[in-house]
Amino acid sequence: MEDIIVSVLFRTLVAGTPLLLATVGEVICERSGILNLGVEGVMAVGAVVAFMVTYNTGHPWVGVLAALIVGMIFSLIHSFASVTLQANQVVSGLALTMLGLGLSGMLGKPYVGKPLSIKMQNWEFPFLSDIPFVGEILFKQSPFFYLAVFLAFGAWFLLERTRLGIQIRSTGENPRATETQGINVSMVRHLCVIIGGGFSALAGAHLSISYSKSWIEGMTAGRGWIAIALTIFALWNPGRAIWASFLFGFIFVLQYLLQPLGISPNFLAILPYAATLIILLIISLKDHRKLNAPAMLAEPYKRGER
Amino acid sequence: MKKIQRLEMVDISKSFHGIPANKNINLHVESGEVLGLLGENGAGKTTLMNILYGLYQPDSGDIRINGKNIRIHNPLESISHGIGMVHQHFMLVQNHSVIENIALGYKDTPFFFPKVSIRKKVEAFSKEFNFSIDFEKKIWQLSAGEQQRVEIIKALLNGADVLILDEPTSVLTPQEIAELFSILEAMKKNGHMIIFISHKLDEITQICDRVTVLKKGEIVGHADTSDTDKKALARMMVGRDVIFNINKEKIERGKKVLTVDRVNILGDKGNMAVKDISFSLYRNEIFGIAGVAGNGQRELAETITGIREAESGEILISDKDITNKSPRHIYDEGVSHVPEERIRFGIAPGLHLYDNAILKQHHLDKFSKRMFIRYPRVKDHAKALVKDFKVAAHTINTEIKNLSGGNIQKLILGRETSDQPALLVASHPTYGLDVGATEYLRKQLLDLRRQGSAILLFSEDLEEIFELCDRVAVIFDGEFTGILDADDPRLCDIGMLMAGTKRIDIQDTP
Ligand SMILES: Nc1ncnc2c1ncn2[C@@H]1O[C@H](COP(=O)(O)OP(=O)(O)OP(=O)(O)O)[C@@H](O)[C@H]1O
Ligand SMILES: [Mg+2]
Repeated sequence: MEDIIVSVLFRTLVAGTPLLLATVGEVICERSGILNLGVEGVMAVGAVVAFMVTYNTGHPWVGVLAALIVGMIFSLIHSFASVTLQANQVVSGLALTMLGLGLSGMLGKPYVGKPLSIKMQNWEFPFLSDIPFVGEILFKQSPFFYLAVFLAFGAWFLLERTRLGIQIRSTGENPRATETQGINVSMVRHLCVIIGGGFSALAGAHLSISYSKSWIEGMTAGRGWIAIALTIFALWNPGRAIWASFLFGFIFVLQYLLQPLGISPNFLAILPYAATLIILLIISLKDHRKLNAPAMLAEPYKRGER
Repeated sequence: MKKIQRLEMVDISKSFHGIPANKNINLHVESGEVLGLLGENGAGKTTLMNILYGLYQPDSGDIRINGKNIRIHNPLESISHGIGMVHQHFMLVQNHSVIENIALGYKDTPFFFPKVSIRKKVEAFSKEFNFSIDFEKKIWQLSAGEQQRVEIIKALLNGADVLILDEPTSVLTPQEIAELFSILEAMKKNGHMIIFISHKLDEITQICDRVTVLKKGEIVGHADTSDTDKKALARMMVGRDVIFNINKEKIERGKKVLTVDRVNILGDKGNMAVKDISFSLYRNEIFGIAGVAGNGQRELAETITGIREAESGEILISDKDITNKSPRHIYDEGVSHVPEERIRFGIAPGLHLYDNAILKQHHLDKFSKRMFIRYPRVKDHAKALVKDFKVAAHTINTEIKNLSGGNIQKLILGRETSDQPALLVASHPTYGLDVGATEYLRKQLLDLRRQGSAILLFSEDLEEIFELCDRVAVIFDGEFTGILDADDPRLCDIGMLMAGTKRIDIQDTP
C-alpha cells in the first residue's frame, strides 16, 4: 500500500512539473495584460527542439538551452502581433498554437520511434533521498521539477517584491497610468510574452527529454490548454500555481489509476476545466475583487488615445 | 540652479480625427514662475499639457527647453527632462495599494523590495503635506479626494523642474488646497516652474503670476494676475459676464421625499463607514453634506442609490422602502445619481455619446420597445441634451471617452436631471466644470428645487454648499456632527465640525 502511495505521489509531481512551468510563464505574461493562447504551440516547439538537439549532441542541457531560446524567439510572433500591431490576442495566440503544433509535427517526423541514447537523468540527492517516504517522493525527481518550483518562487518574488514586478502588474491593470509614470508599456509587454514563451518551451523540453525518451507526435496532449486554465485557477499568482499545478498533476495520475475501475478517462480529462470553473464561481460569488484578474487583460493598448 | 530655465511651446497644433483641439499655441514659462491656464471645458488645456508631457504628439510646432528644440516622444523622455504632471483623470492603478502606485513612478524606487524601502521617505513626505492615509489601502477603496491627494504626492515626490498640474484641486478641501499652495510657493522660490490649470478663478489669482486663456483651441488672451481680477478673467474666457453669486429664493419646503433612518454601512475595509445616520429630505429643498473626503460620503451616496448594501437601518422614498433594492428599482422610484467618479461610475467610456445619454433609462418606454432600442428617439434626446447643456462635442456619434472631462460631466448632469427626479443625489456635481458651466449648473439645481425635486448634495466646496443649500449636515467619521439651517450662525464653526472637534446636537425636525 505504501508503495502505491509513494508511486502515485511521485508521479503526481512528475505530471505537475510541465504544468507548473507553463502556468508560471502564462501568469507572468497575463499579469502584463497579454493573453497568450499559444502556450500549447510554444510547448510543442520547445519539445521538438529539445529532443532534436539532445539527440544530435548527446547533451540534454544543451537541448534545454536550445528549446529555451527557440521558444522565446517563437513567441515573438505573438508579442509582435499583439503589442506592436495591437491585433486581437485571441486570434494571434490561436495562430501561434496551430503553427507550433504543425511545426513540431513536421520537424519531429524523422525522429518518430527513435529513442534518445542519453535523456535527462533524475537527480538523486544523497542522504535526503534516503529519508523514508518523503525522500522517495521529493528527492529523486527530474531536474525540471526543482527548476519549476524554483522558478515559481522566483516569479512570485519578481512580481511581488521587485520594482519590475510593480511595473509588470501595473501594465496589466492600467497601461495608460503606467505609461504616464515613464514606463515603456510595449517593452514590458514584449518582455513578459518572451519570458512566458521561455517557460512554455521549458515545459515542452521536460516532456520530450525527461518525461519520455522517444519522440511521439502531439506529446503535449493539451497540457498547454490546462496551463491556461490553471493560470485562472491559481488566480494569477505564481505561488498558488505551485499547489494548483500539482493538484492537476494528481488528477492526471488519477486518470490512469481509476481507468481499471471502469471510470472513463474522458470524464477525468474534463476535471481540470471543471475545477477551474467551479473555483471561479466560488470566488466570484464571495468577492469578485479577490479574483485578481488583470483589469486590462487582452486589451490592446493604443498610445495617444483616451 | 535648475536644469530648466525657460520652457517654450511654439506654434503647437494638434487635431483629433480632423477636428482641431489646439491651434498655433505659443506659450513660455520661466524658472520661478507659476503660469495659469484657463479655458472653458474642451478648450484644449489637457491636450496641450499632454503634448508637453509626451503623451500626445503635436501635428506641428516645437517644444524648446532653454532655447533648444527638443522632441518629447513619451513620458519617459519628459520625465528625464525634468517635467512632472498631475493628471486631470487620475492615473492610478485601482487594484494596487497606495504605496505601489507611488513606487511605480518614484525615481528613487530600488529594484528589490520597493515597497518597504520607500515607505519611510514617502511617509515623512506625506506628513509635510498633512496627508494621512493608509498606504496599504487599495486605490479603489479611496474617495475621489483621497485619490487626488495620492496623485499630487506622486508628482511632488519626484521634485520635477517643471510641474504641470491639471485641475489638481477639484476635489480637495480648502485646508488641503492651502497646504498644496504653500508647497507650491516653496517650489517656486526654489526656481521650479509650475503650470497650473484650474476652473477656480480664486486659486488662479492667488497662486499664478501670469495667466493664459484658451478658447476653442486658440489663445485668446494673456494677463498678469497682479493687474486683473476674477471678473475680467471670466469675461476673457467665456466671452460674457459671469455671475458668481447667485441668489436663491426662499421657498417653503414641501412633502417629505427621503427618509434615512439609523443607517449603518460597511466600508470597503470592513470598517463601519456610516454610523447610525438619520435625516430626512423634503421637496423643494437642497440638503448639503459637507465634510472632508473619506468620512463616509461615498458610502452613503452609494447606499441611497443602491450600489452598496446597508448593514442596518431603513431608507424610504416617499414612504416606500428602498433599502438594499437594486439601482434600477431605485432609479424607477425617481432617484438620480451623479457619482463622484464619473469615468468609472458615470459613463461607459467606449460607448457612443448617445448610448451614454440614456444609461439607466434605456428600459423606459420612451427609449425602447420590447427588446429594441428606439435609436431615432435616443439620438434626438442626446442631441437635445448636448444642446441644452452646451456639451462641446462635434457629433453625438463620437465615443464618449473622447470628450473633455468637463463635457462628460455636463452630459451626465443633463442625463440625470432630464427626467425631473424626485431625488437627485449629486456628489461634487460641479467638479471640473468651467465657470460658465458651473453657473449654468447651479441655476439648473435651483430650478430643479423650484420645480419640486429634493437634492442631496455632497461637496467639499463650502462656497457651493453655502450658496445652494437650505440645510447643511456636516459629516465626520461616518457621523453627523451637526445638521443646521444654512443661515444658522453656528455654521461659522463648520471647520471644527468637519474636523470632528465640535458637535452640535442634532435636531432633525421630522
Ligand atoms: N484622444 C482624443 N481623441 C479625440 N478627441 C480628443 C482627444 N483628446 C481630446 N479630444 C478633444 O479635444 C478637445 C479638447 O479637449 P481637452 O481635454 O484638451 O479640453 P480641456 O480644456 O482640458 O477641457 P476640460 O476643462 O473639460 O478638462 C475636446 O473637444 C476633446 O473632445
Ligand atoms: Mg482637461
